Amino acid sequence: MEKRDMGKPVLFADMLSSHHDTGSNYLNAKKGFLSWLFTVDHKRIGIMYFVAISVFFLVGGFFALLLRAELMQERIVNATANSYMISADHFNEAFTFHGSIMVFLVIIPSIPATLGNFLLPLMIGAKDVAFPKLNLMSFHIYIVGAIFLVYTIAFGGLDTGWTFYTPYSTETSTSVVAAVFGAFILGFSSILTGLNFIVTVHKMRAPGMTWVRMPLFVWAIYATSVIQVLATPVLAVTLVLVAMERLLGIGIFDSNLGGDPVLFQNFFWFYSHPAVYIMILPAFGVMSELITTHSRKSIFGYKAVAISSIGIAVIGFFVWGHHMFTSGQSALATVFFSFLTYAVAVPTAIKVFSWVATLYKGSISFTTPMCYAFVFLFLFLIGGITGIFLGAISTDVHLHNTYFVVAHFHYVMMGGTLIAWIGAIYHWWPKITGKKYSETWGRISSVVVFLGFNLTFFPQFIMGTRGMPRRYYDYLPEYYNFHVLSTIGSWVLAIGLFIVLFNWLHSIFFGKNESSSNPWKAKTIEWTDTAVVPIEHNFEKQPISTHGPYEFDELVKPVKTGGH
Amino acid sequence: MSETVGPDSAAWQGSFWLPQNASPMTSGQDALFYFIYSLSVFFFVLVVGFMVFFAWKYRKRKEGESTVDIHGNTKLEIIWSVIPGVLFIVIFIWGFFDWIKLNVVPQGALEVRVVGRKWDWLFIDQKTGAETSDLIVPINVPVRLTMSSADVIHGFYIPDFRINRDVLPNQYTVVWFKAEKAGSYPILCTQYCGTKHSQMVRYVKVLPKEDYDKAMIAAQGAGLTPVELGKKLFAGKGACASCHSVTPDKVRLVGPPLFGTYGEMQNVVHSGGKKETIKFDDNYIRESIVDPNIRVVVGYPPVMPSYQGQLNDKELNALIEYIKSLKK
Repeated sequence: MEKRDMGKPVLFADMLSSHHDTGSNYLNAKKGFLSWLFTVDHKRIGIMYFVAISVFFLVGGFFALLLRAELMQERIVNATANSYMISADHFNEAFTFHGSIMVFLVIIPSIPATLGNFLLPLMIGAKDVAFPKLNLMSFHIYIVGAIFLVYTIAFGGLDTGWTFYTPYSTETSTSVVAAVFGAFILGFSSILTGLNFIVTVHKMRAPGMTWVRMPLFVWAIYATSVIQVLATPVLAVTLVLVAMERLLGIGIFDSNLGGDPVLFQNFFWFYSHPAVYIMILPAFGVMSELITTHSRKSIFGYKAVAISSIGIAVIGFFVWGHHMFTSGQSALATVFFSFLTYAVAVPTAIKVFSWVATLYKGSISFTTPMCYAFVFLFLFLIGGITGIFLGAISTDVHLHNTYFVVAHFHYVMMGGTLIAWIGAIYHWWPKITGKKYSETWGRISSVVVFLGFNLTFFPQFIMGTRGMPRRYYDYLPEYYNFHVLSTIGSWVLAIGLFIVLFNWLHSIFFGKNESSSNPWKAKTIEWTDTAVVPIEHNFEKQPISTHGPYEFDELVKPVKTGGH
Repeated sequence: MSETVGPDSAAWQGSFWLPQNASPMTSGQDALFYFIYSLSVFFFVLVVGFMVFFAWKYRKRKEGESTVDIHGNTKLEIIWSVIPGVLFIVIFIWGFFDWIKLNVVPQGALEVRVVGRKWDWLFIDQKTGAETSDLIVPINVPVRLTMSSADVIHGFYIPDFRINRDVLPNQYTVVWFKAEKAGSYPILCTQYCGTKHSQMVRYVKVLPKEDYDKAMIAAQGAGLTPVELGKKLFAGKGACASCHSVTPDKVRLVGPPLFGTYGEMQNVVHSGGKKETIKFDDNYIRESIVDPNIRVVVGYPPVMPSYQGQLNDKELNALIEYIKSLKK
């Protein structure tokens, strides 16, 4: 209270601080289901996304376990489409649901919609995002889009794979139109969120927060938002064209009507490759925060890490053709796309090296978020390195559309994005919920997830190099042993993820209250503010940025001039 | 119960990572694979090694201990940008040269047309006109495959030859190989194409020249009766057997079983939704081959592709005669 002698006009702040004194925060300021459903508070919207995404993650994970169970059955000589525990058609529907739910409903919104929403205004010292009502609308659009996608599960199914390749998707009798309509709607949620975040970063930074004082998470979310706004409309248009072809018989992709099925692949990957960076860039941002905070060090090469996010976002638009090396696209185009693929690999390598170098001469705590950061580094490194095999044209020919690709993108998307997401939720848990969680169970979960993940997906690399194609209901018996390993791994992984879930639920219902507003002694604004859990309008008075995001108390200038 | 196969029934003939290479024009691919593999292991061990070493050496020993304020090191950052950059360029160029080899077909290659459809392959030897379901080729002769699809996109993949290319409707794609080891190698579909995508497995049979010649003569099918020709088409060119069973136990596959159905009454549903009971006669069989989804047997999905233009009159008659012959 004594701090008020700074001559500020404090009527509004008075009101808010009195709330604070009575223990009011964004969680208990208003009550009731509708106060959540129609809130314009970015923090509550972030939490609603978190709950929705977690539910879809469970659904998508269930289908993954179902697929793995089918593949573990011993192979039958001269098997037909009904030889195993589920039929081939149901298997095809199951991998389509798994893929489309995980991509469109889980991974793409995971970090930006939950933590981006919750943290972005807090990190830059703003009261909310630039357009709070638009933000709420994005959430409602997400739910409507999700209902359309899930509707296809209950009615008619969908068996095109999440990629909707034509002409299969225009011929199949399953409910393609409902599914593409769902993905189309979800696209708007993504675009509007991106737009909101871009404006927020440009216009609402606290006094003193220059671009180079922004936390790297904000840089990453910013780069992500740019891609969301520029790439997602292409997907939307493409999906509308597919629906028009199905409903009206317009020949865009159907070669019998003068269209070109490979054109669909060009359109689709023009979005979906940048979408890979929509998925992974926020995870990079999370990593920069976790590693610095838990090793009490400045990030090694702030500018390189920040600029490489933008570099990846830009070059990421020009590599889509590497999904089509064997598709019959021009051999010359293939060469250019291979080259550009390696161009985008360099900034990614720089980031990984910078994170490892950040550990040097730090004071590293093995907290749960840090354990997940180590898991991320290990898994993402494998995911990134295996991408080198796929970027080289001639080796890609042998590996294209095999389990090697399946393993590669699971290492990047799950081992990267979702691991970072879990680590980030643990890291910001005290700020989000005001509760403590069990560190022991947190660490155990990271180890179980790590082991289960590698047991599930590493055998898939070996199957892939040995020639096991993806999306296979039935396969040659020589791959059987690897499938068994992979399926056992999927159970271990599921156990690990359930430990995470129970740890969180336990913390919410039985956890001790967090007493410190900054248990990690971090330096970004969301932590340095005095409230344990932010109040409804984030700050009692406008925070001012006076230092960089990673200037920890422990840091002392090196004696020799090693740095710059 | 059905017989199951353990992993030992097909002895693995390859290294830990790669299958055997029976078409070594592609050996450059394997060398590049192992080059990238060695680099990967080296850098993985290096980075994870540093990570583990730092994590252990600089673990927190007491609360609030001081750390060193390092913001970067320009020299180090340049080194670790340039080294991967140079290695990437080497890998790119290497892959590029092999890619040229994969795309330039040698003069005098044997020409084979490949047709992919749900869910089988058809190979047409361009010299003899012989049509087969397994690809039969002579040893040590380059073979050029000109491929197209009758329906959706398929992927033509022979792991043991390191070739993989999509097969598109109304458009040709080309791959070539030169098998240098006699044997039988699986052909797998790599582009998802529906129900039996994973069961679209056929083999390349690499034979000595004289055996190859005999196989081609046998495959031309001279002197067959209509029923015999129909049977051959049913299992081979027509790929009918992948969806219709012909055995007395009337196994249900993707489409209706055909044993004993000729002359019987069938419930069918029109494409407009109208139901009707019709006689399963010559005309219905012909219509179902040429324009299959006009009237579909009740309880089955309308997924059969049209064979319009793919079968001539003689072949259609032969198929009808064969289906007639399927009775006790």
